[in-house]
Amino acid sequence: MIHFALSDFLPALPEMFLAAAALALLILGVCQGDRSAREIAWLSVLALVVTFALVAAPLHAHGPERQISFYGMFVTDGFGAFSKMLVLAGSALSLIVAMRYNEQEGIARPEYPVLVLLATVGMMAMVSANDLISLYVGLELQSLALYVLAAFQRDTLRSTEAGLKYFVLGALASGMLLYGASMVYGFAGTTAFDTLARDFADGGTASIGLVIGIVLIAVGLAFKVSAVPFHMWTPDVYEGAPTPVTAFFSVAPKIAAMSLFIRVMVGPFGGLLVEWRQVIWFIAVASMLLGAFAALNQTNIKRLMAYSSIGHVGYALIGLAAGSAIGVRGILVYLAIYLFMNIGTFTVILCMRRDGKLVENIDELAGLSRTQPGMALALAIFMFSMAGIPPLAGFFAKLYVFLAAIDAGLYGLAVIGVLASVVGAFYYLRIVKLMYFDEPKGAFDKPIGREMQAVLVLTALVILFFFAWPGLLVDGADAVASALFSG
Amino acid sequence: MDVGTVIHAICFYAFAGVAVASGVMVIAARNPVHSVLFLILAFFNAAGLFVLLGAEFLAMILVIVYVGAVAVLFLFVVMMLDINFTALRQGALQYLPIGALIGLILLVELVLVFGAWTMAPDFAASAVAPTPPIAQVTNTAALGALLYTRYIYAFQVSGLILLVAMIGAIVLTLRGREGVRRQKISTQVSRARADAVEVVKVRPRQGV
Repeated sequence: MIHFALSDFLPALPEMFLAAAALALLILGVCQGDRSAREIAWLSVLALVVTFALVAAPLHAHGPERQISFYGMFVTDGFGAFSKMLVLAGSALSLIVAMRYNEQEGIARPEYPVLVLLATVGMMAMVSANDLISLYVGLELQSLALYVLAAFQRDTLRSTEAGLKYFVLGALASGMLLYGASMVYGFAGTTAFDTLARDFADGGTASIGLVIGIVLIAVGLAFKVSAVPFHMWTPDVYEGAPTPVTAFFSVAPKIAAMSLFIRVMVGPFGGLLVEWRQVIWFIAVASMLLGAFAALNQTNIKRLMAYSSIGHVGYALIGLAAGSAIGVRGILVYLAIYLFMNIGTFTVILCMRRDGKLVENIDELAGLSRTQPGMALALAIFMFSMAGIPPLAGFFAKLYVFLAAIDAGLYGLAVIGVLASVVGAFYYLRIVKLMYFDEPKGAFDKPIGREMQAVLVLTALVILFFFAWPGLLVDGADAVASALFSG
Repeated sequence: MDVGTVIHAICFYAFAGVAVASGVMVIAARNPVHSVLFLILAFFNAAGLFVLLGAEFLAMILVIVYVGAVAVLFLFVVMMLDINFTALRQGALQYLPIGALIGLILLVELVLVFGAWTMAPDFAASAVAPTPPIAQVTNTAALGALLYTRYIYAFQVSGLILLVAMIGAIVLTLRGREGVRRQKISTQVSRARADAVEVVKVRPRQGV
């Protein structure tokens, strides 16, 4: 007979709290109807903040300590806690900037924050996965909520199309991943990451079936992070989904999927670095190049951000190709900075509204520096940062992954990365040029809302002054990344 | 040969024969409703085969999930959608060669899997073994014991996934419709006699 003690569940306390909060808010929302949307959105932000504290507290108290629970299905360690904090911050910020937009578009309903919370639970489960089964259930929980969110503006054709497209392609990717997982289980006889890692460490060689399984799992994960050549859904979904949903898509799920990618590749299959490195090398190069070149002639700013995010995933994957603690540190720093740059940029995009109507064309930003100088300055900071211009945070993000690539001897990858970021700088700087040197097309609607201003100021300050205190982020990332490799 | 083996063999051939025959009828029947009913018959016989194999849990799931839910859903769809199945079926025979080919490939693959599959030798030690041994416990009890202990985490997260599916279906499809007259039970119950009945004195030849 197996006995459970309460302490067995403690490692998953943040997840359980967030899930319970989502259920409670769902009941509240159902009872109060649509008029409670804003109240429930703020309560959801509060729930995310509390969860953040629950994740951060043990990390602060015990350091990055590795703990296995639920019969090996669930792992809590410093790396997981770090990624979860990023995911929670991304979800909370995107919920805050969503409220006003949803009210203006008439889609302010209590289900929106509840679905975001449930998706976040799924992401936390992904980050903590220590078994192919828990990987899959976490991923599905996240994806299913995201499909619904993409189609949330159900009365517009573009949103429903985005939801359907995302659903069909996402289901295909999940199928690939499951197929890969079943191959791994069939040939290795286990789904547990720890057992797989131990067997490879004991000199287990990968049979051809096992390699196919690993590649298929990588394909499924590459789809979720929207790396080339599995990126096709990204521009359409980003363009079609309601803008706050796009903002959410571009940060939290991407961070979670990236962390899961790291966890799977360096965990159970860490012993096969030589085999999978070439795969990651290829998708990193392809993502960087496509992200740089395909964005050049985009006119819709949401599509531009989609290609930009594909490019950023490519840079982050450089760290994974390095396959070292320095590489993982680079990815974590990159993701953290990317989170702030992206949320900031999307806050500006959410304010692009003229006479109550949304405008999404890049040309509409012309002359923004004269009509709304504050917003233009913030967007200029984000664009310079994304282009990787020092001393803004985006420069350091790229610096740390390129350092990892050089450390691992992947000089080609670093050179291609630098060249791609030069090409990418063109379209980021074009936006700055539009805002500062072109004739104004008329102001956007004012006021933009106090919470939007707050997010804008916060993200801009983080990006601007990261260079002054890089240690706050880099040291933490360094500690959890080395713990991931030593443990 | 003892009696048990003979009965076992008779049952197997009866279930298998009926399953194959009803499978053929599913695609041969002219009336789509008959097709679905034959499908249900095929499911029942497959469940019988599972019981003969000692997998009573799979048999139950087959009956409950496939017959109870999936096949009934098919039946609803077939009855509610007015599809001209005879027109659909015209020219279906031209797909016979490719169908036969796919069936053949599946068969060959199954034979290959059973004949040639081996687990990677380096991993043999960590292969998952059935716990507890099959002889000691029925498979329903074994699955239940595992599902609510070893896999409680996956089980709970799956529950959340189903909840999300439910919320999603409601969010994307439920619309508040105008002009629907809903039953308000509280108003009905709180209605007093005075609101409903009026006593009118009617004089002869004058009407109300």
